[in-house]
Amino acid sequence: MKTFLNLVICEHCDSVYRRGVPAPGEVAHCAQCAAVLYRASRLDVEQWLALTAAAVVAFMIANICPVVRISLQGQHNEAALWQSVAALAHGAAAPIAVPMALCVILVPLMQIVLLVWVLPFARVGRRAPGFAPAMRILVALRPWSMVEVGLLGILVATIKLSSFVEVAPGAGIWATAALTVLLIVIAKRDVQGLWALTERAAPGPMAPA
Amino acid sequence: MSLPPRARQLGVVGCHACGLVCEDKLDETGHADCPRCGAALHRRRPDSLARAGAFLLAGMIFYIPANMLPVMYTSLLGSGSDNTILRGVVEFWKAGSYGIALVIFTASVAVPCTKFLVLGLLLATCRRRSRWARRERARLYRLVEFVGYWSMLDVLVVAIVAALVKFQALSDIEPRLGILFFGMVVILTMLSALSFDPRLIWDGDDTNR
Repeated sequence: MKTFLNLVICEHCDSVYRRGVPAPGEVAHCAQCAAVLYRASRLDVEQWLALTAAAVVAFMIANICPVVRISLQGQHNEAALWQSVAALAHGAAAPIAVPMALCVILVPLMQIVLLVWVLPFARVGRRAPGFAPAMRILVALRPWSMVEVGLLGILVATIKLSSFVEVAPGAGIWATAALTVLLIVIAKRDVQGLWALTERAAPGPMAPA
Repeated sequence: MSLPPRARQLGVVGCHACGLVCEDKLDETGHADCPRCGAALHRRRPDSLARAGAFLLAGMIFYIPANMLPVMYTSLLGSGSDNTILRGVVEFWKAGSYGIALVIFTASVAVPCTKFLVLGLLLATCRRRSRWARRERARLYRLVEFVGYWSMLDVLVVAIVAALVKFQALSDIEPRLGILFFGMVVILTMLSALSFDPRLIWDGDDTNR
């Protein structure tokens, strides 16, 4: 099967374009439907890898440390993200705990793990073993990663409770905020660019464009 | 300005997972995998309208119990009450917390209802192969894709509040069945948006389909 590395297809309307080299900060839009075709990467792989390492640390703190601590008449209570998910698992609404755990904990974790696996190889222009499935999973996971919603949820819950209990932020909330920003930078971006970055070293039946 | 050619006219197909542009041999072979990443190649997402319509209908049906049933049970110093989503919004509004009432209203009423309307409109116009306002409809689709998952906010707030407020006799908060339906609405409408193929918006002119 012939492939055309010099072409790009708008995934929103199927228009075909010749792929250009965008200047730093430039974004190519589809002339027909105005969707983003591709954009210049603001990060090189090294910076990307460094931010992914930071995301590992932020993820651990966000999921171990309590996000909020409340006190009512001398009694204290605190909860981490996973305890919030566990709280859903009791009672009539229990099944919703599964997608919740996926969206705020497991999917972000998988995104970070997969990037930690593929990026060190990409840094030296190579494709990691299992690169293709890893990249397919990264693309499929993207809509289901919801740490930013988790952060807003923590804030709304805090305000909601502040009317009748004393509320104090825990270390987890700062880590969740950091993780939100890091995940947007490392995983919401155009991971497909890694294919082009590692193109030259890939052996196989690729037709030259 | 002349519009760019479409993939179908050039006999190419774009891989939905890695973006590679491949020669379209689906007519001869029936099934083909992307030579680069191994994902199955499709000209359009399979059974797009039927799947998106089914998910949307299921989501709309679940939205009724999501609003009628309580999402959370609050007991404070012995007196318990069931809360629905809308009652929570009204209580915040009456208490003078307009900002937080608006955030919850947006996430739990405005966003899901907008999704129902927009996806319904897109499905109806694409079924009729309408050429009306295509750029605007393409924008609407991207809007739905972008805002859709923020509705998960309510589920998270209930989870966090329920995890925190555990003071035996003094006060207790438990999730209730409504939140399960609400979470299902969010997931089903996300699946509907993911199944819908925005390229169908532009397929009105093709007579050979």
